[in-house]
Amino acid sequence: MAILLELFNAFFSTFLATIKDVFPIAVILFGFQLLVIRRAIPNLHKVVIGFVYVLIGLALFLLGLEKALFPLGRTMAEQLTAVEFIMGSSDADLSLAGWVDYYWIYCFAFAIGFSTTIAEPSLLAVAIKANEVSGGAIGIWGLRIAVAIGVAVGISLGCYRIVAGDPIHYYIIGGYIVVVIQTFIAPKLIIPLAYDSGGVTTSTVTVPLVAALGLGLSETVPGRNPLIDGFGLIAFASLFPIMSVMAYAQLAEARKKIAGKPTEMAIDQPQQK
Amino acid sequence: MKSTLLALATPLFNSLKDLLPIIAVVLFFQILVLQQPMPNLIEVLIGMGLVVLGLTCFVYGLELGLFPIGESMAHAFARKGSVVWLLIFAFALGFGTTIAEPALIAVSSEAASIAAEGGAIDNNQESKASYANGLRLTVALSVGIAIVIGVLRILRGWPIHYLIISGYILVVIMTAFAPKEIIGIAYDSGGVTTSTITVPLVTALGVGLASSIKGRNPMIDGFGLIAFASLTPMIFVMAYGMLI
Repeated sequence: MAILLELFNAFFSTFLATIKDVFPIAVILFGFQLLVIRRAIPNLHKVVIGFVYVLIGLALFLLGLEKALFPLGRTMAEQLTAVEFIMGSSDADLSLAGWVDYYWIYCFAFAIGFSTTIAEPSLLAVAIKANEVSGGAIGIWGLRIAVAIGVAVGISLGCYRIVAGDPIHYYIIGGYIVVVIQTFIAPKLIIPLAYDSGGVTTSTVTVPLVAALGLGLSETVPGRNPLIDGFGLIAFASLFPIMSVMAYAQLAEARKKIAGKPTEMAIDQPQQK
Repeated sequence: MKSTLLALATPLFNSLKDLLPIIAVVLFFQILVLQQPMPNLIEVLIGMGLVVLGLTCFVYGLELGLFPIGESMAHAFARKGSVVWLLIFAFALGFGTTIAEPALIAVSSEAASIAAEGGAIDNNQESKASYANGLRLTVALSVGIAIVIGVLRILRGWPIHYLIISGYILVVIMTAFAPKEIIGIAYDSGGVTTSTITVPLVTALGVGLASSIKGRNPMIDGFGLIAFASLTPMIFVMAYGMLI
C-alpha cells in the first residue's frame, strides 16, 4: 500500500513537471491558431484528448525510466567500469590495461545503444510518418533497426575514443566526410530522412543512460578528465545513424538491382498522399 | 469505451515488443557478465510496467492529437500564404520548445562548471548561473533559426545536402578556433536539443507543409527540419565559447 501511495505521489509530481515542459508548446500552438490563423481547430476535442494522452503517457514513461531503467543502467555502467571488473582484481594497475581490456564496455555500449533506440518514442514517431509518406516503402522496423545499429556503433566507438583518449573532432570530422560521400551516392529520397534520424535518436531514453556510461568510463580510465572526456558520446550517437540509414537505403537498392528489378520502385517512388 | 480499450491493445503489445531488447540486454549483463543479483527487483518490474503503459499512451495520443494539429496548422499557413507569419511561427516553435528542454538545462549547467574549472569564468554560483542561462538562450536561438531555415528550404525547394554540408564545413572551421573544453559539449548539444514532443510536432509541420505546396515531395522536402535543429546548436555553442 505504501509503495502504491509513493508511486502515486511520484506520478503526480512527474505529471506536473511534464505539463510545465509542454506548456510553452501548447501556448505557441494555440496562440498562433487563434490569433494568426483565426480558425477553429478541426476536431478540437480529439486534439485535446490526444494531448492529454501524450501528457499522461510521457509522465508514466519518465516515471518508469526514473524508477527502473536509469538506476539500473547507472549501476551497470559503474560496475562495468570498476577496476575490479576490468582487471579481475581491485589492486591491479589499471594503467597497464590496453584498450582491448575494456571489451565488455564496448559490448555493453553497443547493446544499450541498440535497445534504447528501439524504445525511443520520438524515433517511433518519425518512423510512423516516414512509413506513411513513403507509401509503405520505408518500413517502420527497417528504419528503426537501421537507426539503432547506427547509434550502437556510434556509442561503442565513442567509448573506444574515451579509452584511447583521442581528440573527438577527428572522429566527428571523419564521420562528416563519410556522410558527405554517402550523400552523393545514396538514393535521393532517403537523404533528408537520414539527416533527421541523427537528431531524433538522442532524447529521453538514450541521453541519461549514455551520459552515465561516458562519465563512469572517463572517471575510471587513468588520465581522462570526466568533465572533458565524459562528453561526446551523444555526438557520436547522433552522427552514425545518418550513415546507417543511408546505408540501409543503398542496401535496399542494391538488392533490387541484383534481383533484376528496375531500381526505381519502392524507395525511389513514394506515393503522393 | 470498449473501442478505446481495443484501440489501446495493439499499441500496448507493440510497446512491450519495443522494450524487449532493453530487458534482454539488462538480464544478459546482470546474470552472465556481472553475475550480481538484481537490486530492487520489484521496483524495476513496476517501472518497466509504467514505461510500457506510458509509451502506449504517448503513441496513441500522438496520432490522435499532435500529428493532426501539426499538419492542420501547416496546411492553414500554406493556404493563408503569409510567409512572414509562417517563419515567425517556425521560430517561436523552435525557440519555445528548446528553452524548456530538461536535457538542455542539465547540459548547460554541466558546461558552466567546466568553464569555471577551466578558468574561463569566475568560479562562483552567480557567474556559473549566468553562463548556463546564456548557453541555454544561445541554443534556443539557434534551434529557432534552424527551423526558420528549414521552413524556408521547404518553401523554396532548396536541396538539403548543400545546406547541411556547408553547416558541416562551418562546424569544422569553428572547431579549429573554439576553446578545447567547449568542443565536446558543443557537439553533444546538437543531439540533446530535440525533445520527445518537439520531434513529432516539427516532423508533422514539415511533412504537412511539403504536402500542401505544389511541386514539393513530402519525402524529399518534408523531412530535414530536425537535421538543421541538431546542426546549428553546435555552431552557436562554439561561437558562445569563443566569445566568453
